[in-house]
Amino acid sequence: MSRRVRQSLFIVSALALFGVLISAAREMPAFGHFYGAYGELLNRETVYERHVTDVVTAVNFDWRGIDTLGEESILFLAVIGATLLLRRQASEAGKSNNDDSRDDENKTRNVPLPSAATRVATLGLVGPLVVFGLYIVTHGHLTPGGGFQGGVVLATAPLLVYLAGDLKTFKKIISHVLVEAGEALGVGGFLLLGLPGMIIGGAYLRNVLAQGTTGNLFSGGMIPLINLCTGMAVAAGLISVIYAFLEHTLELRLQGKK
Amino acid sequence: MNPLPYIVAAWLFIIGLYGIVTSRNFIHLIMCLAVLQSSTYVFLLAIGYRIGGGPPVFATVPVGTPAVDPIVQALLLTDIVVEATVVALLLALAIEIHKNLGTMNPDEVVELQG
Repeated sequence: MSRRVRQSLFIVSALALFGVLISAAREMPAFGHFYGAYGELLNRETVYERHVTDVVTAVNFDWRGIDTLGEESILFLAVIGATLLLRRQASEAGKSNNDDSRDDENKTRNVPLPSAATRVATLGLVGPLVVFGLYIVTHGHLTPGGGFQGGVVLATAPLLVYLAGDLKTFKKIISHVLVEAGEALGVGGFLLLGLPGMIIGGAYLRNVLAQGTTGNLFSGGMIPLINLCTGMAVAAGLISVIYAFLEHTLELRLQGKK
Repeated sequence: MNPLPYIVAAWLFIIGLYGIVTSRNFIHLIMCLAVLQSSTYVFLLAIGYRIGGGPPVFATVPVGTPAVDPIVQALLLTDIVVEATVVALLLALAIEIHKNLGTMNPDEVVELQG
């Protein structure tokens, strides 16, 4: 199919689709006036039933915990897929030099080193970012935040180190084994935390811990634990994707492409 | 009745689709997919919003304070993180295609090669 035919076909069908969507939107409940019974119920009961104050986290890790487990597996598989695709393949290994030559990175790298201002600003941000990320993860059940958001914040810290220096410094602070272990522990921990509930005869992911006093850091039963696992999985997952991309770029540079 | 948020969602969906259909570069195509997906964010947030509603967090306000729907927000936040990693996977695929076929134009990649 030629480009022109495809585009005109698209424009006709897109206009039709837009018309359908707009007429559907007209039948929607007015903006700001949809009172879903389920959401209303959760807003009213979560604090009493689950002893956590952030309803969004409770929905993610308790009311719809199995759904989140599914989402986390997508994340896990996407990370595995990306790192697998980017790793050095056997067919390419012959073309590039062995590992020792990676120290030559700065010679092959014709990018100027970051300016002093960049280094100071980014390195100064690393510490606060790690603390902030940990805060977001651990207080997910009390205030807005949680494993997903905090994990992303945590993953940006090593990226800042890369911005301030080069891949060598990045690799120094990132232990690849540790990152992979963190990823596995995060996803596996979430999976395993569901089992105790079944062992005592309840449903998967049912809470088996004391729920504590609402509003305390150590409260909400298993929700903070699952939160922590998710934070670990997300942070480790993003770091290993970043790591894989950086490694891959270095491989290409050493091979003299671009 | 203000249908504007729904129209924005529909517009983002269509414009993302347009970008995918007319794309001449895989990276552009992946970014268009991200635009398309952001229409679901706008749509879900628009459904969950309630006039006068605060965040569904009752740490400092008593239970019973008007709040927006927590379910769509929970759906969204997992969606955003998952999307980021899926985009990374797709970009890795784009690199593979460039390595194997030497092109980034979707029109030139017509056959599957094992």
